[in-house]
Amino acid sequence: MKNTLASLWQTLFGHPVRAFGTVSLLLLISMAIAPAKNHFSEWRHYQKQYLKLIASRGEAVTLQRHFHEHDGIQQIWLPQLAVVDRCTTCHVGLKEASLEDVGTQPFRRHPVIPHTLDQYGCVMCHRGQGPATTVEEAHSSTLAWEQPILPARYVQSSCGQCHRAPLPGTPQLNLGRNLLARYGCVHCHTIKLPDGAAIKPTDDPPSLSHIADKTTREWVYAWLKDPQAYAVTATMPNFKLSDPDARDISAFLIANSAPVAGDTAPVTKDAKAPDPAAGASLYGESFCASCHAVQNAAGNVVGGDVGPELTRVGTKVKPEWLRAWLRNPRVYDPGTAMPHYRFNDPQLSLLTAFLGNKTDSDLLANVHLDPATPEQIAHGKLLVTEYGCASCHQISGIKKPDNFAPELTRIGSKPLTQIIFLPGMTHAISDYIAAKIRQPRSFGAALKMPQFTLAPAQIDALTTALLALTDRANDLPMALTVPAKPPSNYQPAGKAGQLMADLACFSCHTINGRGGDMAPDLTWEGSSVQRPWLQAFLKNPGTLRPALIRRMPKFNLSDDDAKELTDYIMTVYQTPAFDRDAMPASGYQSAEVEQGRQLFYSKYACQSCHIVDTKADKGYVGPTLTQVGSRLNAAWIYHWLKDPQTLRPGTIEPNRNMTDEDARALTAFLMTQKGSSKQEAKK
Amino acid sequence: MLHLILGGAASPNLQQESASLWVLGGAALQRCGNCFFLNAALAAEVAAVALILVTAACTRNPGPPALKPTGSGAALVESSGGKQIGPTGMVLAQPLAVQVNDEQGTAVTGALVEFSGPAGVTFDPSSGLTDSSGQLSTNVALGGMAGRYQLIARTLTKAQKPVELKIDEIALGYQQQLGYQLDNKYCARCHNPESSAERVSNYDNLEVKPHPFTEGDTLNKMSDADLIAIISHGGPALNKSALMPPYGYTLSKTEIEALIAYIRLISDPPYHAAGMVYAQK
Repeated sequence: MKNTLASLWQTLFGHPVRAFGTVSLLLLISMAIAPAKNHFSEWRHYQKQYLKLIASRGEAVTLQRHFHEHDGIQQIWLPQLAVVDRCTTCHVGLKEASLEDVGTQPFRRHPVIPHTLDQYGCVMCHRGQGPATTVEEAHSSTLAWEQPILPARYVQSSCGQCHRAPLPGTPQLNLGRNLLARYGCVHCHTIKLPDGAAIKPTDDPPSLSHIADKTTREWVYAWLKDPQAYAVTATMPNFKLSDPDARDISAFLIANSAPVAGDTAPVTKDAKAPDPAAGASLYGESFCASCHAVQNAAGNVVGGDVGPELTRVGTKVKPEWLRAWLRNPRVYDPGTAMPHYRFNDPQLSLLTAFLGNKTDSDLLANVHLDPATPEQIAHGKLLVTEYGCASCHQISGIKKPDNFAPELTRIGSKPLTQIIFLPGMTHAISDYIAAKIRQPRSFGAALKMPQFTLAPAQIDALTTALLALTDRANDLPMALTVPAKPPSNYQPAGKAGQLMADLACFSCHTINGRGGDMAPDLTWEGSSVQRPWLQAFLKNPGTLRPALIRRMPKFNLSDDDAKELTDYIMTVYQTPAFDRDAMPASGYQSAEVEQGRQLFYSKYACQSCHIVDTKADKGYVGPTLTQVGSRLNAAWIYHWLKDPQTLRPGTIEPNRNMTDEDARALTAFLMTQKGSSKQEAKK
Repeated sequence: MLHLILGGAASPNLQQESASLWVLGGAALQRCGNCFFLNAALAAEVAAVALILVTAACTRNPGPPALKPTGSGAALVESSGGKQIGPTGMVLAQPLAVQVNDEQGTAVTGALVEFSGPAGVTFDPSSGLTDSSGQLSTNVALGGMAGRYQLIARTLTKAQKPVELKIDEIALGYQQQLGYQLDNKYCARCHNPESSAERVSNYDNLEVKPHPFTEGDTLNKMSDADLIAIISHGGPALNKSALMPPYGYTLSKTEIEALIAYIRLISDPPYHAAGMVYAQK
């Protein structure tokens, strides 16, 4: 071999002329490398393909002109956002609306979004490597660059980097953010928002300091072993506890529980058992199902998700506790979202018996626990501390741990070198997060993170929300972000405020930015309704929207309480936009009323959604207007007709751009709708 | 070096391991730059190591074990999960379930069903054996582009003849997704005849029936300009019923366009914009 090499050397460089020729040739070849690489580069190949593609199209001339305005390597440079994107070099047709039917990449038109490419570039949303000009480098993780393209299923996460408030176009991101707070992720993991505040949990895990009043040790054991076996909708995760561990934790929790005065009430065994049908109808009339779900025979969970599922509640709670809870839930849990219905004793018996019958004998059939030993209790306390139970639940004698789990404030940008991937896993942060949520202990049996029961779509939503927590999201100048509305801590004052807390009005209604979205916003209720109607409604809520299944329950308020609330609402919840008493409640001229009727039925065709005449009209979308003249204020109706969205943002009542004259005539017509003649005759 | 080889074979992090090997090789090359033979030997060694690593990687992650069908049917039918509407790239709300039947129409257990679809569609699982009720269900995530996706479920008969079932799903892009939400909020109460417990349809109560948005036979004939006019100015704008109120002062231009993009996508039969036909190659 040595000889061969020597002879080759001789052939090439043996003679000065040959050597010169060889060196020149080598130089020429080496100098040709750069232009050749350029000529055969991938992006040129794609640009040529693009020209071929558009040549056969009807609008070829326009497309070619657009292309030749800027051929060669393209770049979007946005110094403020640190964006240098050359993606448009190959993705040539992104802005060409007429290429919508082209299915092959990289030539497809970009779908319509609220931003333009020139404003934000590409990698802000899609990740990947902007300055790269080869397919591999731009899209995949390389050694020098560990940011692969974000899979389309998580792309909404990028919106969340700047937009902190929910957007109508990003349902998955919004859902994921809700789940982070609702499934209690943020009890253990701190997530700081760029303004410094941390995301607050929206679930309300019950205090375990008095749990022995409420339930048995057997139930606690069964629940710890598998929360979803008790309630399919339970958000409590499964800690995969061994039998002895679950035994010891249940022993500790029961032994640690202290009784609360008045949170149990004796259940008298009447001679005749309460009528189950009457219990069911009281459950229905009280609209318990607006917040609580029950699994029906077909396995479907029917009802709201504000309170816990009640399918097997009779197997869980003690009847004495249940009766006291129904009488006044605030004795056991002062902060509960459950309203204080003022049920009388027969009603309490009915409901206690009705709910107590919702049992499942299978649940506790195999749970046999011997009396707890002091060692078991001590071990249980140790486990409760180790598993961080106090991160979510209040447990007397155990302090809530700080930063129990890793902080997730910048999880979306976590360097891949810091992550241990499972064999066979794609090396991408999105896959890591999704796998970790799907099966936390697959990364190590000794890990503490429990197993959550989540649907595939929920896992994707959570992953999306976590991917939004990038370095960029944290470091963007405030001027470039769209902040969320600051949370409202509105608290009504005085005796009425106490009453509203007792009735848990905010569980369903929003007032001044705080509260639930199940029922109408009451911020300006005082400008909207008439006092006698409101007081009567609080005493005995009637049906305003016949098609709704979730309606205002009857709280059995006393006259004094109803008056107190009415006074407060009428005085405090008024809009500054107009004077409530600017227009009279009655006395409109019949000509004007008749004109209003014409407008109602012909020009504006309000009967498509509303009912004024129960015999002729069938509109079931909006509230029934048969008694609107004794329910709403004239000035409210007038301003509502003129511009409903300013009075209640987001209402579906369309703005009709009504003239003053039309609005006045319609108001006159509506104010004459004082209720059916039958009811008036009764009075 | 031997240690490295073993370490590499045992490490789950194949990519980084081989990278460090390359760096090591490079450093060695620099140190004895004029020693050709050593270089050659080193190159050979690096190649050998790479080969070992590649083989290790191949043997460590064998593909899913091939499924052995224990039965075979004659027909495939859809049980549930067809004609769903979901956002691009995301898992559809309901899993797709198909059933394998034999000639008599009874369910077949243990038949192999394979799912396939256009680029970007993923199935979890992408194939499997039917259960005791003859069914196999899979979670489908549609591709990254808005539009109609035709999915195919395939099984083999006893005679090894393929039987196929085509299932349509619709993926909503950003714009159509916005339209879908607007439809849900403003339009569906009257335009969708289906009632649910949460939302009772007003369709049956209206004297002049609105067009459901899937009614392609009617809506495909209307131009975008017509649709914009009727949404903005109400039914009377096109001499139609006043029961359709105007939304031009409630919805923005972007919102109305999003609504139309959504209506066009879900239309049945599918909508083809005028002037697009020549572009189909």
